[in-house]
Amino acid sequence: MGFILISLIILIGIASYFLGNLRAKNLRTSNQKNLKSLSHYYGYYVALWAVVPALLILLMITSFKSFFIEQYVLSDFIALGSYTETELSLLFTQIENTALGIKLFDENTILIDGAVNKLNYINKTSENLTYVTVLGLSGLLVLYSLFNINNKLNSRKIVEKFLLVLYFTCSLVAIMTTVGIIFSLLYETLRFFSQVPITDFLFGLNWSPQRVFVREAGDLDTRDLANAFGAVPLFAGTFLIALIAMCVSVPVGLLTAIYMSEYASPKVRDWAKPIIEILAGIPTVVYGFFAALTVAPLVRDIGQGAGLTVSSESALAAGFVMGIMIIPFISSLSDDVIKSVPQSLREGSYAMGATKRETIVKVLLPAALPGIVGSFLLAVSRAIGETMIVVMAAGLNAKLTANPLDAATTITTQIVVILIGDQEFDSPKTQSAFALGLTLFVVTLALNFIALQVVKKYTERYD
Amino acid sequence: MKSIKIKADNLNVYYGEKQALFDVSMYMEEKQVTALIGPSGCGKSTFIRCLNRMNDVIDICKVQGKIEIDGNDIYAPDMQVEQLRERVGMVFQKPNPFPKSIFENVAYGPRIHGIAEHKSDLEEIVVTSLKKAALFDEVKDRLSDSGTSLSGGQQQRLCIARAISVNPDIILMDEPCSALDPIATARIEELMGDLKTEYTIIIVTHSMQQAARVSSRTGFFHLGKLVEVDKTEAIFSNPSDQRTQDYITGRFG
Repeated sequence: MGFILISLIILIGIASYFLGNLRAKNLRTSNQKNLKSLSHYYGYYVALWAVVPALLILLMITSFKSFFIEQYVLSDFIALGSYTETELSLLFTQIENTALGIKLFDENTILIDGAVNKLNYINKTSENLTYVTVLGLSGLLVLYSLFNINNKLNSRKIVEKFLLVLYFTCSLVAIMTTVGIIFSLLYETLRFFSQVPITDFLFGLNWSPQRVFVREAGDLDTRDLANAFGAVPLFAGTFLIALIAMCVSVPVGLLTAIYMSEYASPKVRDWAKPIIEILAGIPTVVYGFFAALTVAPLVRDIGQGAGLTVSSESALAAGFVMGIMIIPFISSLSDDVIKSVPQSLREGSYAMGATKRETIVKVLLPAALPGIVGSFLLAVSRAIGETMIVVMAAGLNAKLTANPLDAATTITTQIVVILIGDQEFDSPKTQSAFALGLTLFVVTLALNFIALQVVKKYTERYD
Repeated sequence: MKSIKIKADNLNVYYGEKQALFDVSMYMEEKQVTALIGPSGCGKSTFIRCLNRMNDVIDICKVQGKIEIDGNDIYAPDMQVEQLRERVGMVFQKPNPFPKSIFENVAYGPRIHGIAEHKSDLEEIVVTSLKKAALFDEVKDRLSDSGTSLSGGQQQRLCIARAISVNPDIILMDEPCSALDPIATARIEELMGDLKTEYTIIIVTHSMQQAARVSSRTGFFHLGKLVEVDKTEAIFSNPSDQRTQDYITGRFG
């Protein structure tokens, strides 16, 4: 019903635009009235009155309707007073299904039959009521606004004001989402820390959340619980893999940027740059199987050829592929900053008799350094937050190691592992995922913040 | 007659299909200021940028003809462009100090050309260059401050100090005062008077008064051609070409 109703409202809106426009034109010609805005602004004005309040009311009705319906349908059961809230909501679902013709109850008591009838009745009525309210409101407001058009009304200003509110609301959506995510993370994290001390989480050396089940099986050794959620191996794995990724992407990315900005002819640039940027657009899951099926065995074979023990899922393989993935982050950002160093500085250096290499190393790179460092930091936060490649190529075993040939696991991987499958939402194991998520969020937020500050503080102003 | 430092012979310059200079032939005297005047787009900047081969940076630019400095063809195949530019310094229209300290700005040239053997030599070069550019007294207490923190006029004098730090023979100035206020301009002009005792200076300028004040010879460019070149007094008091006459009396340009 929602779809039909919304379509109707939009149709009314379109029609009222033409009505408003027409009426403004008529006023102009018949009364010689000097309207304050062009006539199509009166069209928008009427259309806004027709559409916006109606949509808001519809939104309100739909969000509160289900609550009232449930209260009404279950009123007899609530009056009995012998049901808990969970039982009531279960009961309501059963009644809803019964109304659809699914047989759920062994025998339909009078109470249930009554409730089903009530449900059918209220559904029908509420639908009709919604139609009447929304369309009626829309129509009334169209009439009101049509008669409101006169030479004192400046509809142009009103339309501008409305757009301002609209822009503001849109930006509010993004902001509120961020705030909402932070709070939901925070809530679950606090619940987790009420069971596992924060120091155990931050400094513990042992990550094995499955131990929780041992405790639940009746073995009440709390030391085990304390030992289950030490996140240090995950932090170490994350930073090890990010470090390997940076070792690959920083030199390659930076040299690419220098080539693209200073040496490549416009022709080469035109086709090479988009291809490099495609690297950033490849789905990470594709990188993941590239890492797991091609690079990891290669690393293992080479390592074994050299007489080293290499596990088949290694931090090196995952880090290497991740490094490839973030090359474009560094190369295209650095390319832009190097290119934006003013031509006058290049000329100044050449005029001193410097070669191209000397100019790049001694003038351009120092001048572009803040932007380049910024691109590194953004790349690091990307590497730390990357999930798919590590899940597929680096392993799930939380082992504290600095050996890149060993399997390692990261914060993101463990979140995936914890949240795959059926969950018990009050188990510390599930909640630990939120604590990990919050930690990750804080780290990447800090990195982004530092990156922005570096770029802002050390950027030379070339007027 | 002063000795001739630079000689251009039948110089033609093209930017792609477009010809920017037509058969320009002129000479410039040693340790004198030569001014090049003319309306915008007349080719005077193109000409001056041929003298240190700055046009090499532009891919589509093609230079024909001959330029000799001390009798050596600077477009000869065995000419090292970096060494040429060490001998022919340049100061640009907009001050362009590097985003480095004042000291490092001046030390840049000596460092890349390996002129100073020891740190003390380098310091001496920096101090002398700043003194010659009449900037030392203003910045001696803050040599480690950024070169871009100076005022426009100071930045331009810093660029002059940078140009003379490698002890060139010739300094090219491409409208060095066009971004400066009258007081800073007066200081630069005064400085040119001091510098010409040691260096051959070629200055491109929009201001005819400036050309008259600082130069001994003046060349007038129009539409890519060198219309007339003569002693500055002669150009401004008794030009031989009607176009020069029209330009200096303000009838066009």
